[in-house]
Amino acid sequence: MKNIRSQISMVFHLDKCIGCHTCSIACKNIWTDRKGAEYMWWNNVETKPGTGYPSKWENQDAYKGGWEKNGDSLELKGAGKLKGLKTLFHNTHMPTMDNYYEPWNYQYSKLLDSPEMDDQPTAEAVSMITGEKMTPKSGPNWDDDLSGSPIYARNDVNMKDLSPSEKETMFQLERMVMFYLPRICNHCLNPACVAACPSGAFYKRGEDGIVLVNQKQCRGWRMCITACPHKKVYYNWNTGKSEKCILCYPRLETGQVPACMHSCVGRIRYLGVMLYDADRIKEIASCEEKDLLKKQLEIYLDPNDPEVIAAAKACGIADSTIDSAQKSPVWKYVKEWGIALPLHPEFRTLPNLFYVMPLLPAMAQINDDNNYHTASSALWDDMKNPRLPLKYLASIFSAGDVNIVGKILEKLMTVRLHRRAVTVGDLNQNEVNTAMLASGLTPEQADGIYRLTSLARLEERFVIPPAHREEAIEMIEETHIHKGNTGFGFMDRPKRGL
Amino acid sequence: MVGFSPIPAMSMMSFAAGSRFLQLFGGVNLSFYDWYCDLPNSFPEIWGEQTDVAESADWYNSKFVAVMGANLGMTRTPDVHFFAESRHNGTKTVVFSPDFNMVSKYADQWIPVHAGQDGAFWMAVTHVILKEAHFEQKIPYFIEYTKKYTDAPFLVELNKEGENYVPGRLLRANSIEKYKASENGDWKFLNIDEKTGEFICPPGSSGHRWQEKKGSWNLQYNDGETGKEYNPLLSLIEQKDEVLQVEFIHFEQNKKVKRGVPVKYLQTKNGKIAFTTVYDLMMAQHGVSRGLDGDYPAGYEDANSAYTPAWQEIYTGISSGTVIQFTREWYKTAKATNGKCSVIIGAGINHWYHSNLIYRSATMSLILTGCIGVNGGGMNHYVGQEKLAPFDSWGAIMSGKDWKIPVRFQQTPIWHYIHSDQWRYDGNQADYNAVPKNDFSSQHSADLIAKSVRNGWMPFFPQYNKNSFDIAAEAKKSGATGNKGIQDYIIDKLKTGELKYSVNQPDNEENFPRVWYIWRGNALLSSAKGHEYFLKHYLGTHHNEIADEVAKEFVKEIEWKEDAPEGKMDLVVDLNFRMDTSALYSDIVLPAASWYEKADLNSTDMHSFIHPLSAAIPPVWESKTDWEIFREIARVTSEVAKEHLPEPMLDIVNMPIAHDSPGEISQPEIKDWFTGECEAIPGKTMHNIVTVERDYTQIYNKYISLGDNVRNGLGAHGISFPCEDYYDQLLQNTQHVNTIDGKKYPSIKEDVKAIDAVLLLSSLTNGKLSERAFENAEKNTGMDLSKLRPQNNDFSITYKDLQAQPRRLLNSPLWSGTVENGRAYSAFTMNTEYLIPWRTLTGRQHMYLDHQGYIAFGENLPTYKPSPRPELYGDLRKSVKEGRAKLFNVLTPHGKWHIHSTYGDTLRMLTLSRGMEPCWLNEKDAEALGVKDNDWVGSAKRQRGLLYPCLCEFANSSGHLHHLPRTRTNLFCAKIAQPRK
Ligand code: SF4
Ligand code: SF4
Repeated sequence: MKNIRSQISMVFHLDKCIGCHTCSIACKNIWTDRKGAEYMWWNNVETKPGTGYPSKWENQDAYKGGWEKNGDSLELKGAGKLKGLKTLFHNTHMPTMDNYYEPWNYQYSKLLDSPEMDDQPTAEAVSMITGEKMTPKSGPNWDDDLSGSPIYARNDVNMKDLSPSEKETMFQLERMVMFYLPRICNHCLNPACVAACPSGAFYKRGEDGIVLVNQKQCRGWRMCITACPHKKVYYNWNTGKSEKCILCYPRLETGQVPACMHSCVGRIRYLGVMLYDADRIKEIASCEEKDLLKKQLEIYLDPNDPEVIAAAKACGIADSTIDSAQKSPVWKYVKEWGIALPLHPEFRTLPNLFYVMPLLPAMAQINDDNNYHTASSALWDDMKNPRLPLKYLASIFSAGDVNIVGKILEKLMTVRLHRRAVTVGDLNQNEVNTAMLASGLTPEQADGIYRLTSLARLEERFVIPPAHREEAIEMIEETHIHKGNTGFGFMDRPKRGL
Repeated sequence: MVGFSPIPAMSMMSFAAGSRFLQLFGGVNLSFYDWYCDLPNSFPEIWGEQTDVAESADWYNSKFVAVMGANLGMTRTPDVHFFAESRHNGTKTVVFSPDFNMVSKYADQWIPVHAGQDGAFWMAVTHVILKEAHFEQKIPYFIEYTKKYTDAPFLVELNKEGENYVPGRLLRANSIEKYKASENGDWKFLNIDEKTGEFICPPGSSGHRWQEKKGSWNLQYNDGETGKEYNPLLSLIEQKDEVLQVEFIHFEQNKKVKRGVPVKYLQTKNGKIAFTTVYDLMMAQHGVSRGLDGDYPAGYEDANSAYTPAWQEIYTGISSGTVIQFTREWYKTAKATNGKCSVIIGAGINHWYHSNLIYRSATMSLILTGCIGVNGGGMNHYVGQEKLAPFDSWGAIMSGKDWKIPVRFQQTPIWHYIHSDQWRYDGNQADYNAVPKNDFSSQHSADLIAKSVRNGWMPFFPQYNKNSFDIAAEAKKSGATGNKGIQDYIIDKLKTGELKYSVNQPDNEENFPRVWYIWRGNALLSSAKGHEYFLKHYLGTHHNEIADEVAKEFVKEIEWKEDAPEGKMDLVVDLNFRMDTSALYSDIVLPAASWYEKADLNSTDMHSFIHPLSAAIPPVWESKTDWEIFREIARVTSEVAKEHLPEPMLDIVNMPIAHDSPGEISQPEIKDWFTGECEAIPGKTMHNIVTVERDYTQIYNKYISLGDNVRNGLGAHGISFPCEDYYDQLLQNTQHVNTIDGKKYPSIKEDVKAIDAVLLLSSLTNGKLSERAFENAEKNTGMDLSKLRPQNNDFSITYKDLQAQPRRLLNSPLWSGTVENGRAYSAFTMNTEYLIPWRTLTGRQHMYLDHQGYIAFGENLPTYKPSPRPELYGDLRKSVKEGRAKLFNVLTPHGKWHIHSTYGDTLRMLTLSRGMEPCWLNEKDAEALGVKDNDWVGSAKRQRGLLYPCLCEFANSSGHLHHLPRTRTNLFCAKIAQPRK
């Protein structure tokens, strides 16, 4: 443990997500309401099953994002420096406008200026790119709430391992199911975007692990766009440079909550610090696929372990950061309770967003009598037969490991059994105890999960250390000079000549 | 002159601006809540309350929640986290919805009940509850609750109709010797004491509420007349004289069944009367035999007999096993938690046919398991936004009551039905709806409206076919003096036919509505039910009306004119910050400040805080706040009045008999004075007729000043409290005082001053006034309510305080929930914990509706009625059905991001949806029609043949669609959907 670093990381409690898209709006209004950025949604929310935004972004056969294992080494799938050079001027795997969507606006003025007619005037859609009239055919949330399911939900990439009959049952009315998946940049430990950039414009901040693009250095090669398997780097057609989620670092540095999280209506987001062992990145990112998830979870270090604390201090990690790591809600969800998983670990970028899976309604069936029947006679289904096939969830969150996914659902249900026993007391206590034992949760842990899920206020959900900006500034200029310059922007010299 | 503005609780001062001007002017305010079909009629029926529900934080306290017709994720987005969070604390959640909607993802069980059939499900739930939890297990909490808080132990007369007995009216206290002389004896009722078998007159009835001697309007077990302690007998089954076969109607099968009911007899001077209890009727109605003879179901699996679990399968498509399991989990939870089961219900039900019956059926399951008036319980209806928390003080400013003005408030549905001539296209209501055949139930709705207006049940404006000023002047000229003289004059003229009610001649020119103010809402298209009729008969413009006029042969009261008038309105004025459909059709659009450009107040039933709207920026360009616009209109009106109406005018206002007033107990039976069934007595057998002097030169001065009628006290819902000292306190702010005729009045010229007056004078925001309101309530009830008073009564808030931080409302007897010490608001907890009666006939929660009209319509007991089939009437008969067309049921007009909100048409939200509100179809329906995702489809009904992008999906069950156009983005006019004339 020589190289301990700290990472700001987020948990999304998907059982609580409303699909309200408030997060997307907050982000868009602050960061991407600009020319060239119209189509960008650094934060977006997808309905699952569905194809998402950009459409089918998870399909790396087409987009060639992320890393692939090549013997013992690790290579970028589609945009390695070498591959990248070959395709520098013709990158066929990059998503196009059709995969995102053509942003539009409306001729609102028609409503105001219309002369009297034999019918009401209407405001038709016009393209924000060409200014021509258009009929929107796709959008950043086109398959919201399962809309257009014959085209979208049915073509969700994550159903690839389901048998045709398993697939078909997902689309029977009585088994209908959906949940929402909010996504931002994962600020990965092994970021493909950083690796792919020929200009060195991408960097991962030392103090908190936020991945950023230096706008001055970006040359618009767009290797990053192909490389990021989450399609969370966007090309600004106006500036000719790449942009991405900055985890609201200007807000974070001043103790403010990132806009997506602050506006989160469902209170599903948790932000905290994770300490990790940077020396293990390569080894873990290039391990066998079946071990990927387990190993990634190993990289995060116990912030209460005296050895880890000593090593972290030795690496220059501030006491306040260690303190935050000890109170981190992310640590609790991911490691202490083991109920949150990363998104698509098989892309091998070691992503830092973790998701608690949704529970969803119990299964049911329509029998020959044409009536709807509940499938379970217990108060709650035991999750042995969950509404979403485990294979489907595993394809998104665990690189195919159905056991871990099943185990988490079981834990979540056990918390509910325990709380029901405490608050109502109408269950058979022996059965509750058996479930607790099977899940491996103690009553204290179950109460802890319930508390953080249901009652936590913002200060328990948002635990990050104060930014030690002095350390970062010190590397560039003297802190007091920096202070004097603050507030007046860049002090560039004027360019001479006409 | 009428005005329409919806959802007053959201920016209540902006609402008050227009209504204050209109009322001072003598104009008419149109209601919104009932017009939007957001008002749950079952609430006044059961609880005597417009609406009172739990705040969303209380969902968290529930241990079993059933959601029906409410898509919380979509329509209660900021609050749904409480629902999600409760699950992780051990709450079971069940969602009923024909589609897998947003809230279904939070369900433990999603029950895809057939649209509009939830009532059948709940009738069966009540069947199982009555059988298992009440009859077999007699769960003490349920039995005690039912005795104490419901009308179940009240006695009902059984009337002989032909060979059969049918349930009739509640047995009146004055029908027996003991209570014969009692004051308001027609409005007091009877129970039987369990121990002695004697008749008892329970306290707390409306007769006790309005009698001279106060203090017996409560729910104690002390006889309301004698004070004797008692314990009510719930059922006569152990003490019956006989079992009679009573007739019940099963509307879905159009059949009558006879079921045995235990009865006792009472000797009266009119002979022997058989009676039973409401509880016994409930058992029989729901098919729980308790060993009695008759057409009772053989068991749960008897599908032919209402209302068994197997019976409901036919209508809901949900297995009987599911119902039984649901019910057992429900009542076991209620038993273990003393009533922490709740129903969350919304527009999906309330906008459906027979919504009140569906509501009542679910409410019976709640009441019978003691889940009303309990934290974590409740019938929690969230449709619209009706809770005007500081109704006492705000109401005075909104209505001009501070100037002692009789109001012209109009119930909107009947008003549009009559004026927009939709009645002309309607046949008899009974032809579309299942009702018992009788004279009352089979008349044309318009005729019933005319009767209800003259008998004082409903308002209608204009009032007469003659200007009220002229009537008053002529009355005076003919020698009439005083209010009484004018009343007599009018009644006389009405009787001779010289004067006619406008409602009887809606198509005569002198009765047309002429000027319409619209503000804070979109009254045309978006909120217009029957938009094509509005276009045709109000505006006289292009329209797409295709239905046949069929009423001629049915109407008897309403005068039929051969050619229906078109374009009745002269002027439509719209205050708006968007170019929505109302603005497009208006003659004048006044640019209004938006939500973030003005000072205002909000309250809601979703939480128990009052909070402000603040001007983040000043109103842009020429726009002004509503308060300012109407103030300016008032100023100019007074200016021109100096020339045109310089003298004060005597006006006549017809006011219906109001709930929560002594008048509510004036008509024990339906009698029509006009046909000579009774004498015409204003305020008793007919509407009130009051006079008021209007000085049009003073409208502006009155608008900007708080009138001194406030000195006489404020209140609402039958509660009043003095507040003279606070009125004087306002006068001390000499910077904000107006002088009219040498007298000083507090100025409310500035919106913020009006807001501060509301906050200072309300029992919800001023501790001392809360205390006084409780003192008043104590007098009425005779109960000790001191615990409900604010701990620290030296508390009042200002607009500035609210800007710093929204404040929690205080306890007030204006409402029924208690909120002290951070407790979540749940409706009716004051009633259950402090034995305050509900404002109903018996003071209890009503299972039985003792009203001749309800009996005539077969809805005196909770029941199930099938949906009418709209394809049988109106324009649907003439819509395109052939070829690539199909008739759908609309599930709900609500869509993501535009629930009472203008967000839906911002570019952002349109980008996150499909560029407009699309039309959602099931993929199989779409396939059958040859429609693919994102194709354009046309709606042939009402919406002028517009095209919408279609959105196919499997989450919608077949035969339903969702969709409602609100604004004019990206619509195209259809050629294909134009119906053939
Ligand atoms: S999600 Fe994509 S853009 Fe973000 S750090 Fe990982 S690879 Fe880079
Ligand atoms: S704001 Fe929160 S609840 Fe709403 S969609 Fe975004 S993550 Fe989900």
